[in-house]
Amino acid sequence: MEHYVPILVYALVAISFPIIALLMAKVVRAGSPDPVKAEPYECGVKTNTVAFDTRFSIRYYLIAVLFVIFDVETIFLFPWAVSFDRLALFGFIEMMVFLAILLVGYVYAWRRGALEWA
Amino acid sequence: MPEPILQLLLIPLVKIVVLLVVVLLIVAYLTYAERKILGYMQVRLGPNRVGPKGWLQPVADGLKLLVKEDLVPGGAEKLVFIIAPAIVMVPALVMFAVIPFGEPFEVAGMTITPYLADINIALLFILGVSSVGVFGIMLGGWSSNNKFSLMGGLRSAAQMVSYEIPMGFAIISAVLMAGTLSMVGIVEAQRTAGWWFVFPGILGFGIYWICGIAETNRNPFDLPEAEAELVAGFHTEYSGMKFALFYLAEYANMMIVSAMAVVMFLGGWLPPFPNLLAGLWASPALAWIPGVIWFLAKMSFFLFCYIWFRGTFPRYRFDQLMAVGWKWLLPLSLANVMLVGLGVLLLKG
Repeated sequence: MEHYVPILVYALVAISFPIIALLMAKVVRAGSPDPVKAEPYECGVKTNTVAFDTRFSIRYYLIAVLFVIFDVETIFLFPWAVSFDRLALFGFIEMMVFLAILLVGYVYAWRRGALEWA
Repeated sequence: MPEPILQLLLIPLVKIVVLLVVVLLIVAYLTYAERKILGYMQVRLGPNRVGPKGWLQPVADGLKLLVKEDLVPGGAEKLVFIIAPAIVMVPALVMFAVIPFGEPFEVAGMTITPYLADINIALLFILGVSSVGVFGIMLGGWSSNNKFSLMGGLRSAAQMVSYEIPMGFAIISAVLMAGTLSMVGIVEAQRTAGWWFVFPGILGFGIYWICGIAETNRNPFDLPEAEAELVAGFHTEYSGMKFALFYLAEYANMMIVSAMAVVMFLGGWLPPFPNLLAGLWASPALAWIPGVIWFLAKMSFFLFCYIWFRGTFPRYRFDQLMAVGWKWLLPLSLANVMLVGLGVLLLKG
């Protein structure tokens, strides 16, 4: 556990870094507020919608779902890789079976067009 | 001074200060190096006015960003807008805690380790902490109330999560060869094996490096800030110190990706072929070179490659980017894990 104490202290220092930087900037920076400056940038065109209402492609959501599936799998692989020496052949075959099942899912997603962007 | 206080308090504190200063210094001069190298690649001189040969340019840039007016766009989600750069910056710094820069050495009868902590889950720690950075980029893009920022943030998030998977698989291939998640353990495993893991794991190394460039949103994968279509992507509306934090974080992340490549595939602080050429490295002409120098030299090479790629490669289109990640790198990295597993099984078992 004592290894984590320096990391914790370092993390606190790292967290204070942007706070100090932003506070320092707040003290010394120039400022002449103007309603025109506060307009969202849009090539000089007056904005008439709020960006939060902008519609965007549903593909981004699909990518996120696929990411969750495969990332969980990566987490399964880490303990397997660490204890690979002890698991030997049995662990190897078992993981290959697991990966094969996953591969079927991957091919299914591909065939259904989940990986196409357009 | 009593020993425990020195060991547990003073030395870690000194290390923290040295680490932060060195990291920020390298980041600052990385921006200078980038502009200078890009300049020479395009037959220009690059920055050469501030100080001799432009050496003080990073200082001038920092001062300028510090005193710049800080604009918050109207209708922005103000609190999120302010916190987002910090969410990107903090993980980029925290990851350096587990990077082993060199081998332990003796000073005044005490063993000093040139890294803050050697934890047995270092790689998981880095993967976990690095994922937090995505939130900052997404929140920054979303809270700006700007369409360019929103699209940039979305693209960035999609790109980072897509390339995190092949990257994870490539890291697993290195873990398979080393049999440990500890960064120091991986370097020691390469000493025992007698060669850097880049030779048996060349495929994993290539995948890791491509994904590393995509993770840091650099050329040729800098889609989130493709200036021709998205102005500056997720940080379009950011100015002053908040912009500087995004900027610093990007370069700190580049350093992390390079340092991880060095540790996992290029033998960390070890010289080339540590066993085969052991006689050469022990000779008086070369034995004085500390491991830290080897580490920094290898890391600089990767950082140079980053800049080199930026000066050379054209940008991908977004559908191409997704296709490369999901249709090429993912199956390739999966096959690589199987191959490396089989190889380790045959060689060790």
